[in-house]
Amino acid sequence: MNKDLILLGHGSGGKLSHQLLDELIIPTLSGTPVSGQNDAAVITHDGRRLAFTTDSYVVDPIFFPGGDIGSLAVHGTVNDLAMVGAQPLCISVGLILEEGFSRHDLRLILESMRRAADRAGVTIATGDTKVVARGSADRIFINTAGIGVFEHELELGGGNAGEGDRIIVSGTVGDHGIAVLANREGLELETEVLSDSAPLNGLVAEILREGGDAVHVLRDPTRGGVATTLKEIALQSQVSVTLLERSIPVHPQVRGVCAILGLDPLYVANEGKLLAIVAPDAAERVLERMRIHPLGKDAAVIGGVTAAEAGRVRMETVAGGMRGVEMLAGEQLPRIC
Amino acid sequence: MNYQDEFRDSRIVKGIAAHIAELAAKAGRTMTFMEVCGTHTMAIYQYGLRGLLPPQVRLISGPGCPVCVTPAGYVDKAVAYSRLSGVIVATFGDMLRVPGSSSSLMEERARGADVRVVYSPLDAVKLAERNRDRCVIFLGVGFETTTPTVAGSIISAQQLGLANYFVLGSHRTIPKPMEVLTADPELGLDGYICPAHVSAIIGADAYRPLAEQFNIPCVVTGFEPTDVMQGVQMLVRQVVERVSRVEIQYSRVVKPEGNRKACEVLEEVFEPSDAEWRGIGVIPGSGLAIREKYAAFDAERAVSVRVEPLREHAGCRCGDILRGKITPADCPLFAKGCTPEAPVGACMVSSEGTCAAAYKYGI
Ligand code: SF4
Repeated sequence: MNKDLILLGHGSGGKLSHQLLDELIIPTLSGTPVSGQNDAAVITHDGRRLAFTTDSYVVDPIFFPGGDIGSLAVHGTVNDLAMVGAQPLCISVGLILEEGFSRHDLRLILESMRRAADRAGVTIATGDTKVVARGSADRIFINTAGIGVFEHELELGGGNAGEGDRIIVSGTVGDHGIAVLANREGLELETEVLSDSAPLNGLVAEILREGGDAVHVLRDPTRGGVATTLKEIALQSQVSVTLLERSIPVHPQVRGVCAILGLDPLYVANEGKLLAIVAPDAAERVLERMRIHPLGKDAAVIGGVTAAEAGRVRMETVAGGMRGVEMLAGEQLPRIC
Repeated sequence: MNYQDEFRDSRIVKGIAAHIAELAAKAGRTMTFMEVCGTHTMAIYQYGLRGLLPPQVRLISGPGCPVCVTPAGYVDKAVAYSRLSGVIVATFGDMLRVPGSSSSLMEERARGADVRVVYSPLDAVKLAERNRDRCVIFLGVGFETTTPTVAGSIISAQQLGLANYFVLGSHRTIPKPMEVLTADPELGLDGYICPAHVSAIIGADAYRPLAEQFNIPCVVTGFEPTDVMQGVQMLVRQVVERVSRVEIQYSRVVKPEGNRKACEVLEEVFEPSDAEWRGIGVIPGSGLAIREKYAAFDAERAVSVRVEPLREHAGCRCGDILRGKITPADCPLFAKGCTPEAPVGACMVSSEGTCAAAYKYGI
């Protein structure tokens, strides 16, 4: 294999993405080969903690059932800030437009961004626009960055999962990836699958209010899906995770499309779901609180954390057997976000 | 409970497992069954079914993954086509990462080749319709399940008057290699979990000669956990009763005579040919080649290309995996030099490959 080439799989959010980050990007940019990244950086300045994050959006199609590239770009950055426990304050918007892109579509996307920002309670504070020659980009790419502040002392991170913790997912998994894919491939479905793209900061505030320091990890399982995210957490926290397949909520339509296309919903991207890893004595309370929130109504406990065999993720299958769960390898679905 | 759940209920699965254990104890010996369909391989790993079976019952995987049994030279040819200007290579996603002698389609795409992933050969025909100034070469890799749709694509390309749609074929039939493997004394097979989708096309009767001449139990089995377990139970019972016949567990889909219509489409376009199988070698009559009548759609006859000399990867034991001689853990490269991100052999690439399944789902 030619080692010099950047492949689509390097952007999948799975194992190849990790390799590129760990081998090239992080050591070159920061000098430290840190493995175990969180969704946003937490920086301390003058004794105050701030959260900072950035993300780029290249989804194809740019309008899909349940959202568009604009709302997705706002939600994604809001969610990355929320996952470290920060309240999103303001975001920036960088637009890269292809020559010939429609002004009408741009307006729709901008209006959608504005609505998404209002809903999440963030200000769009600054931005930049570039136009490149036809063919140098595909219609529109968006970068957003965001700053968040902390209203509490809690420290959340992928390295904090501990023995006995329960794993909660906030709703059905795989909706976003399948909504985009079905639309892109022109699959005709009986009922349309909608993307779950949504701002999670409100739900996070509820979870933290209820669970406090019993909440150890929050993560939004975007590219690479629930499986990849849990594997990352297991490695970061040096624990093992056991899932119960039967309890993982999957929309029947999503399950159907996955079966046809040979995909595993556990690896399909979500844009409005989170995983909460919570101490056992608080798990039930946190779950109940999540279910009251509209974005957590299908929340479920899907497994637990054990101390033995660091980095392992295993699942009791619906059939009663056991199997391992690995990170996504290669590209499952390119340009999904 | 929906349709799928009923076939995945752990209580039912465990109930069948208990029956199997009882029956197997009666046999008083170990027995080895082989599945020859990638979807079964995946289902067995994905649901962790091996762990539910008694120690006397061993399941091994055979040549059931079409991408895996396709020899490396085929990938080299596809790579060579992708490098020609004016060519679009259309393929199922599984072929993208299969390593050829020096490159893969994914690498070629990163270098600028136009390689498109399609979900059906008809999508490739549509591509050809939209790009009349370019050649669309579809990589037809598959067993009797895929081949009728490929045949259909050629027929519709002809009806549309497309002169720019071609198929690079690697089409195979499954019963022939089963004969070869049954005759292998080293394997000592006691029965076959016969494919579900393939059998829906060719019919369960296609395994009759095998069961009768080679005295080997054959059970056509579905993919759901309860299907596979029931299929195994039927095989164990045949062993205990010392009979060898073809049975259909998956009767909600598979009929003894198969799907005549699909077979007719297939036979209209394809004819039997010899085919090389990775790890097994050339098996007479085990392939399907495009008939002379449709030669204009056969990439190999219609579009010439120079292919680099073949270089097999040292140390890869895909061949032994495909013959059921070893399990992935027996390969010294497994999970070390060979992983899904940096695969050495096709068995680690394809979503139906045995090494990929063992890597992804192994415990
Ligand atoms: S582990 Fe890799 S090298 Fe070994 S047989 Fe499987 S595919 Fe080939």
